[in-house]
Amino acid sequence: MSTISRSIPRPDSPEKSAGRTNYLDDLKIEGALHARLLLSSRPQALLRRVETPALPDGYVIVDYHDIPGANAVRMINDSWPLFPVDTVEYIGQPILLIAGADVAVIDELIAAVAVEYEDLPPVFGIDGAEAANSPECFVDYQFKGAPGIPASESEKPENLAFTISESFDTGAQEHIYLEPQAMAGWYENGRITVTGPMQCPYYVHKAIVTIFGWEPDRVRIVQAPTGGAFGGKEEFPSVLAGYVALAAYKTEQPVKLVLDRGQDIEISTKRHPSRIALASTVGTSGFVQSTCADVRLDGGAFEGLSSTVLQRALFSVSGVYRVPECSVRGRAYRTNVAPYGAFRGFGSPQAFFASEMHMCHLARKHGEDPLTFKRRHLLQQGDRTITGGILRDPVKMEEMIDLAVTPSEYDRKRAEYERGAGITRRGIGVSLFNHGCGFTGSGERDIIKARVKLRSHADGKVEVLCSNVEMGQGAETTLRKIVAETLGIPMNRVEFQNPDTDQVPDSGPTVASRTVMVVGGLLHKAALKLKNTDPPRPGRSVEVEANYEQPPEIEWDQSTFTGDAYPAFSWGVNIMEIELDLLTFTIHPLTVWAIYDIGTAIDERIVIGQIQGGIVQGIGYGSTELLEVRDGAFQQRSMTDYVIPGSLDTPEIHVELVSNPYHDGPFGAKGVGEIPLTGSAPALGDAVECALGAEIHQIPLTPEYLEELVRSEGRAR
Amino acid sequence: MRVSFTVNGNSVMVEAEPLARLLDVLRVDLGLHGVKEGCGEGECGACAILLNGRIVNSCVTPVTAAEGAEILTIEGFRETDRYAVIEQAFSDAGAVQCGFCTPGFVMATEALLRENPKPSEKEIRHGLSGNLCRCTGYNMIVQAVQTASEKLNE
Repeated sequence: MSTISRSIPRPDSPEKSAGRTNYLDDLKIEGALHARLLLSSRPQALLRRVETPALPDGYVIVDYHDIPGANAVRMINDSWPLFPVDTVEYIGQPILLIAGADVAVIDELIAAVAVEYEDLPPVFGIDGAEAANSPECFVDYQFKGAPGIPASESEKPENLAFTISESFDTGAQEHIYLEPQAMAGWYENGRITVTGPMQCPYYVHKAIVTIFGWEPDRVRIVQAPTGGAFGGKEEFPSVLAGYVALAAYKTEQPVKLVLDRGQDIEISTKRHPSRIALASTVGTSGFVQSTCADVRLDGGAFEGLSSTVLQRALFSVSGVYRVPECSVRGRAYRTNVAPYGAFRGFGSPQAFFASEMHMCHLARKHGEDPLTFKRRHLLQQGDRTITGGILRDPVKMEEMIDLAVTPSEYDRKRAEYERGAGITRRGIGVSLFNHGCGFTGSGERDIIKARVKLRSHADGKVEVLCSNVEMGQGAETTLRKIVAETLGIPMNRVEFQNPDTDQVPDSGPTVASRTVMVVGGLLHKAALKLKNTDPPRPGRSVEVEANYEQPPEIEWDQSTFTGDAYPAFSWGVNIMEIELDLLTFTIHPLTVWAIYDIGTAIDERIVIGQIQGGIVQGIGYGSTELLEVRDGAFQQRSMTDYVIPGSLDTPEIHVELVSNPYHDGPFGAKGVGEIPLTGSAPALGDAVECALGAEIHQIPLTPEYLEELVRSEGRAR
Repeated sequence: MRVSFTVNGNSVMVEAEPLARLLDVLRVDLGLHGVKEGCGEGECGACAILLNGRIVNSCVTPVTAAEGAEILTIEGFRETDRYAVIEQAFSDAGAVQCGFCTPGFVMATEALLRENPKPSEKEIRHGLSGNLCRCTGYNMIVQAVQTASEKLNE
């Protein structure tokens, strides 16, 4: 094991255990007003009239009239209005805000606002969008690819044996970070300050600058301790920040907005529901010859991040396999539901569920065990990716599969469980997957342009200055560790504060499995610069900077989706064993063997924590986490109704890491944040198919769906 | 109405609506911010405290239920030797990620280990089943409780 991989105590652990970490709602903010939002009760309607009650002294209404700059929350574009002007587009869309001293009074005032709507025909879900003559798409992409051996080297196509054309549906997923969304804002000395839990301080900064139309230096964003995020605090905090900033500006008093759980679920972003159609041809000797993929996402009411989520889904849709011919189409539909957005995996969990199950079905039709079939198609070092990029680094999937197959006794159990009968069944399933680390394409170079700084102080301390946040994933520990190890100084001489845009340069958002690989890489570079030119020593203060440079071998054309979509990939193998109760149709995951290549682990315990947590979140995604939308309203709006895994639901998880250092990552590290979630649902799906002998086409695998499947297919043993 | 009880060894008297949530009294009136609100409906355990030695979710406990009771929150428990052992075990096992659920898990651990000093893995999972964590996937927390149990029995 590399020395940097050795686990060290997390510096944030004692304060968190002791309840001393102050999240936003724990902060004492002198004179702070509270704020509440009035939400649309209609999925699509004209706002004919909004009649507000007389306000007691000290209470104010804030709506679109109060926006000094653009009525737009800046994300990839400005298509998400902060407040509606004349039309509401989803149930739960905030129409206005009331701020004041007493929450009970605000609630009464909110209830007294009379909104007159004129309903317009709404669009619900992918079905609804496609029922229209010309569905409204945020984006519509098409491209062709040939993942695997470059065409000239591949063999001549053989005779067609069979074709399977099928479709997979995946549901929405709610993040359920334990800390609900919250934000506070100030207006003082001509400047706006906003603080709250967030992944991307500079996203929030850009959003506030746009809303106010001010010079950037009049806006300051400070990340507060963040109680879980998982993508849910990527773009949505920019929206809440807009609300509190406007209210603070109008009242000239601090304003605090804390969502309760029900409202958080109702108005915040979630994972995009998808429908993925896959049609593949297989030759007589059992090789896939071609795949046609059509990926549809429900984007919700505003575009938000839908285009980039869709891109990652498309680049993942052929899995980790060679396919001589791939044609891909992807669309994100506009519908009348709260905008869908970032969630750990970012389009990849949807695509991997569909493509892995599809491979299982192709294998079955070919008369082969899914793992044997998949193994024959594995991408190898030197192969092309679906976008024509090159897998330059060693691919260790063969070795990783063996590391899972042997201890799990996969072969014996698979054969045995496929013959199982009775009320209690066992199943064992496999998933093979990867995750491109960092932003898609040249996003790091052209859009993010990350910068980091290190400041060594006269007292011998070295300060990390970057905009990436600790949100539970261990960034504080890993980034400090990278700097300390590079400089050869003890950890406690390296300091890391929650980012404050007045202090730190923009090193990009805390997303896309980029924090350790990209930002950690820049900090490593800065630390080397410091070490080689002016090593930290008492009595001397120095500042060094490092800027992102794209590895020279990487080429990408965003207009045609051609080239290296990602500089590096992390890889994973899951084997999951389950028990299935055919009386209640509930799934009990028993054991997971999880083998990962994430380059080099920067602190094994943190990496294992990411993997364990991601796997369990993925099991929830695949099984219990049902989030239905009925007539535009989320039906599960509490933690009682929306069921995440608990301590009794989690399997034993054996994690093994395979070292495969990446030349451009710090100490060889790649990304680990997202990949563990991706592998769960397809392994679970394969295990259920093993137990039942039926084919599944959707997640979550609710008891109702499994019962229906067994009855209607009449194929379960 | 007035409600009198003991919090972390100190007698307090608060003026509150009869149906006020104990959570709000602890957080707002008494400034005990280690007690977190994750769901507000007794599902997640982030607001867990000990009331007369029993674990309860303070978000679904009316303040009147505290009349004459002895309450222990993380702020009081963290001053004890038992806490130090549990905290160390949580740190060693990697049981803490975002930390929002952690004080509740620590209180649930203490409640379990008081009642059952040598719980089996299954008993630990049952003992923690009133607390939700979205970061860790629980196994590292279960490990922490096992380690704490061993250390406390030494």
